[in-house]
Amino acid sequence: MMRALHDRLKALFPLGELTEQRPDLAFLTVPREHLRSILLHLRDLEGFSHLVLLTAVDWLEEGDFQLTYLLSNRGKAVDLGLRVMIPRDGASMDSIHDIWPTAATYQRELREMFGIQFPDSPGVNDDFILEGWIDMPPYRRDFDTKAFSAATFKEREGRMTTDPEQHMKQQLYPDGA
Amino acid sequence: MMRDELKIRVVKGPDGVEFEVDPLRDYFCEAPPASHPPAYAKIVEDLFNWARSHSLWILGFGTGCGAIEMRPLMTPRFDAYRYGIAWRPTPRQANLLVISGYLSVKTLKRAIRAYEQMQNPKYVVGLGSCTINGGMYWDSYNTIKRLDDYLPVDLYITGCMPRPEALLQGFEDLKKLIRAGKAEGANQYAEKFEWYKANQKQVIHDWDMPDYNW
Repeated sequence: MMRALHDRLKALFPLGELTEQRPDLAFLTVPREHLRSILLHLRDLEGFSHLVLLTAVDWLEEGDFQLTYLLSNRGKAVDLGLRVMIPRDGASMDSIHDIWPTAATYQRELREMFGIQFPDSPGVNDDFILEGWIDMPPYRRDFDTKAFSAATFKEREGRMTTDPEQHMKQQLYPDGA
Repeated sequence: MMRDELKIRVVKGPDGVEFEVDPLRDYFCEAPPASHPPAYAKIVEDLFNWARSHSLWILGFGTGCGAIEMRPLMTPRFDAYRYGIAWRPTPRQANLLVISGYLSVKTLKRAIRAYEQMQNPKYVVGLGSCTINGGMYWDSYNTIKRLDDYLPVDLYITGCMPRPEALLQGFEDLKKLIRAGKAEGANQYAEKFEWYKANQKQVIHDWDMPDYNW
């Protein structure tokens, strides 16, 4: 079924790679400039009426952000994820809040946590989860969470960490058997 | 930096008269908190403390996963009410703040406001590893690692998460501390107020509320 959908889309748009994860779930890479028309096509003609989520993956080594638009066809109970790669430097993407109003919330989160700009998205520059954040967006992979935490929040003396494997070995087999 | 509703503004009353409102002056206290001295005789203070230990009202404000443990505690399964512990919905009506798990910086702000609005005598209990040393969130970018830098903690209950039984035991221990006159967190907060404020402002970068939240 996903194959058939892929073939129908392929006749209309230039598409990237298709990954069939389950019979009812597939991912499809699409070029950035065609995303909008593909989304509208899927929503209005293919029955993918619901935006399940919009999220990002930081491909630090490749210098890309991957945006995943997960759509659901409620009638046929199938999900299709659209992957769009955008350059990591000065990351910016077109807003789709006029197609699905809920996208504005996801875009607000992505702006805050990944630093991806969505010009024209309503309220996109408002605080979402963080308040008074002063460092780089924390979901970027080059953000060092541990170093930031150590520099910002005071620790209590005496906290120790054990390697779980060694600890359980010691607990279960104290003789080293 | 202050939030809009805290800025000076001109308001028109229902009678058509315009007047100026300065929320920081008109709605909030302008004086730092004062330490509450003990009663004139030890036997009287002991009586007060005995009474206080039997009047614990928890603010129903859950900050982390530990808030889940409070549900069975306030319902028939564990029924903390039989120990004279009850929950109230607002800070003004409560005197025990249970920080029930990890505190993000954003929640810390609300916890400080809630704590400062509570009336004396008041107590703070820190629940679980996260309030003690950061727990499993020790390397998180957004959670504090030791609660007693920001609020005066009278008692910690260890565990991740502590079971409701541990909380009941903790409340009994808190009662003992109160009866012994050792639950002096609120006075400590008043005496070291500058230190607490400095610590709070060190992690809360967008300080947009009054320093005296009561």
